[in-house]
Amino acid sequence: MKFGHYIEVGKMDELGRMDSPMHRLDSRVKTLTTIAFIVTVMSFSRYEVAALTPFFIYPLSLMAIGRIPPGYIVRKLLIASPFALAVGIVNPLLDQRVMGSLGAHGISGGWLSFASIVIRFSLTVSAALTLVACTGIHRLCAGLEKMGLPRVFVVQLCLLYRYLFVIVDEGLRMRRGVEIRTMGRRNLGFSTYVSLIGHLLLRAMDRAQRVYQAMVSRGFAGHFHVIRPTVIRWKDVAFMVGWVLFFAVARVWDIPTAIGNFLVGGVV
Amino acid sequence: MIEARNLSFAYPDGTDALRSVSFCIRQGESVGIIGCNGAGKSTLLLHLNGYLTPTCGEMRVADIPITRQTVAMARRAVGLVFQDSDDQLFMATVSEDVAFGPINLGLTDDEIERRVKAALDRVGVAHLCDRPPHKLSGGEKRSVAIATVLAMEPDILVMDEPSSNLDPRARRRLIELLRSFEHTRIIATHDLEMVVEVCSRVIVLNGGTVAADGPTREILNDEMLMLAHGLERPHILRHFHPH
Amino acid sequence: MWVASTGLLAWCARKVRQTLDDKLVPMMGVLGAFIFAAQMINFSIPGTGSSGHLGGGMILAILLGPQAAFLVIASVLTVQALLFADGGLLALGCNIFNLGVFPAFIAYPLIYTPIVGHAQGGGRLWVGAMVAGIVGLQMGAFSVVLETTMSGISDLPFKTFVWLMQPIHLAIGVVEGLATAAVVSLVLRVRPEALPDRQTTGHHAVGYRRVVTGMLIAAVAVGCGLSWLASTRPDGLEWSIGKVSGKEELAIPADGIHESLAKIQQKTAFLPDYGFKPMESAVTTTQPSQKEPDQWPVVSAGTPVAGLVGGLLTLLLAGLIGFGLKHRVGASYRRDQTGTDGEHS
Repeated sequence: MKFGHYIEVGKMDELGRMDSPMHRLDSRVKTLTTIAFIVTVMSFSRYEVAALTPFFIYPLSLMAIGRIPPGYIVRKLLIASPFALAVGIVNPLLDQRVMGSLGAHGISGGWLSFASIVIRFSLTVSAALTLVACTGIHRLCAGLEKMGLPRVFVVQLCLLYRYLFVIVDEGLRMRRGVEIRTMGRRNLGFSTYVSLIGHLLLRAMDRAQRVYQAMVSRGFAGHFHVIRPTVIRWKDVAFMVGWVLFFAVARVWDIPTAIGNFLVGGVV
Repeated sequence: MIEARNLSFAYPDGTDALRSVSFCIRQGESVGIIGCNGAGKSTLLLHLNGYLTPTCGEMRVADIPITRQTVAMARRAVGLVFQDSDDQLFMATVSEDVAFGPINLGLTDDEIERRVKAALDRVGVAHLCDRPPHKLSGGEKRSVAIATVLAMEPDILVMDEPSSNLDPRARRRLIELLRSFEHTRIIATHDLEMVVEVCSRVIVLNGGTVAADGPTREILNDEMLMLAHGLERPHILRHFHPH
Repeated sequence: MWVASTGLLAWCARKVRQTLDDKLVPMMGVLGAFIFAAQMINFSIPGTGSSGHLGGGMILAILLGPQAAFLVIASVLTVQALLFADGGLLALGCNIFNLGVFPAFIAYPLIYTPIVGHAQGGGRLWVGAMVAGIVGLQMGAFSVVLETTMSGISDLPFKTFVWLMQPIHLAIGVVEGLATAAVVSLVLRVRPEALPDRQTTGHHAVGYRRVVTGMLIAAVAVGCGLSWLASTRPDGLEWSIGKVSGKEELAIPADGIHESLAKIQQKTAFLPDYGFKPMESAVTTTQPSQKEPDQWPVVSAGTPVAGLVGGLLTLLLAGLIGFGLKHRVGASYRRDQTGTDGEHS
């Protein structure tokens, strides 16, 4: 469990530092567009299913241009899916009211809302993951700070991220030390656990003190300064405007149903 | 250049760490501080840039005692490289870490860039400038840590166990680097072989006091003295090395 | 929820800036990394065969004080949401509120502190940590229930949801309290000066009064929240209930699960136990029942088929677009690469 998570963090970090046209876009623009995307998707009513499908174009395009392996995103979606499933799984049981029919079968509202939840979940989470994967935590935080996120919090995020790998490494080593002496049993007993965590905590606190020493030795006096602001170019603006327009159109006009009607209307 | 006068220090819980330490190090000297574990080396180093204040006695830099008012000056003049490089590299990328010091000095953007480039080149890690610190090897981290301090253009370089955890090649590169510096160098270390190669003078600490202070070869060759203070005579002096 | 969380975040950030000891900056960062790492390690809970881990909110509050702790918890949740997508970015606003506010601003100052006072370990510590842990998690769990129900996403009736969540989180709260107390004891034993002396001096009477006040506030807030929810239903809801329960009666098969759920609803009904799902329709429409079919978005017979076909086609199209883009960008990137070989560092 622990090791798997660690690998995930490393992979996301690597993806964020790649180079691609998507990576080069300003992070503020990407963040705002993704937020617009998420808000639009979530604004659909609970029984909408078909109308949501055009929105898949956004994360898919981002992945393509950003050269993010789609398998990676899908895998993470699957890992996270229990959350959405848990929220929605009861719906088909409780909402049995029939809302439409597919040939001879009636489709209950419960299944529709369940499908809607799953789709909306996939859309929003894949968009968010892709955003992080083609921006990188640091550029993302820098962008957020320029948009108003408090500096203290941004510094906190960056320091956390920086020392994440270090402390997880330490924890892993300590855990390995325990495993050697317990014949590799996966889960720790309570007192061993407390001891491990306690000492990890103490080492973390010691490290924090040494980091502070290092900061102070290089002149730190409470303020983190930034040197270079990033510029927004026309490419960035075009990106955002274009996508937001698309979201608006797809929200208001049920494109898939229109296409479907066009094709099916002649037959049925 | 940097001077300790009867410096004593006790931790808040009462343990004496240093007792009446006195020495004077002149500009350009390369001094090794050696002693067994617990002798007080690291504590002494933390006094050199004013991070710790002596409970008794004083530390002077350029003949000015380090006080709350003068500590900023001390930090500009004295660059401290810590034992664990991870503690020293806390920014997102190497270049940001190296720039941290100059930014805090309030320099202009151009000057900051110049210094960062110069420091990275000096240490030979310019190709790592956009790497995040957790993706560096031990030797690379050490070099970058030194660069972060060099960027502040200190007069005095203080280092705590610089050769620890380095593979032989990285260690050799470090030794060459240290020998090439013109700064005043103060190096606390267990690596006695390196002391012979890099330092012309040696201060032996034992139990918080100065047990010996003199030319490297003289002290390190004194087997009795070394053994008395938990050290030993380095091999490099025992055998003749044709290099 | 997002608004509440962001607001709180900003307030805490300002407070931390003003009162901040410089020293706290790296401490917060490193402790955040610690909590992150600690949450990755599990211990086995004897007798249940399942495992648990430390949430960490309480420990952070003890070590850093409420405001800084809140920031750290928020940062850990943010990084987790961004990197792992477990729980998703959407729930981040709620998670920060539920997992941050209750331990840091309520459980710690109003329960832990008065009970534990200056005690250096011992019984007080364990009791304080346990009660604080339980209360903090109960409030958090209840908050989750409220938020999910109010968002109308899930059809799960309020009462059922509550009965599902609270007992589980009681157990989790106990575990959290125990783990917190155990770790704090260890730290006290090995490095007592590490724990800052944050508690204000005060005698027991004041301490207990604070506890009671805290709980009263919590109870009142929750109670108000509940009654507000119950009363905002306009009359349209009565009508929907009739419709819904009528339909449900028609549609209930002799299905075990469904029957027992219905039974639970009846038993726990001192609040009207209708699901909150009709809320949307109740708020948006006041049409009489005959016109009901038109109010639902996708009901007429033909649309599902059209929707299905159109939807599938769109998905295909989206996939093709993505595929095409990938290849085009790949090609141009390769061109760039060979063109700028010299500059490539």
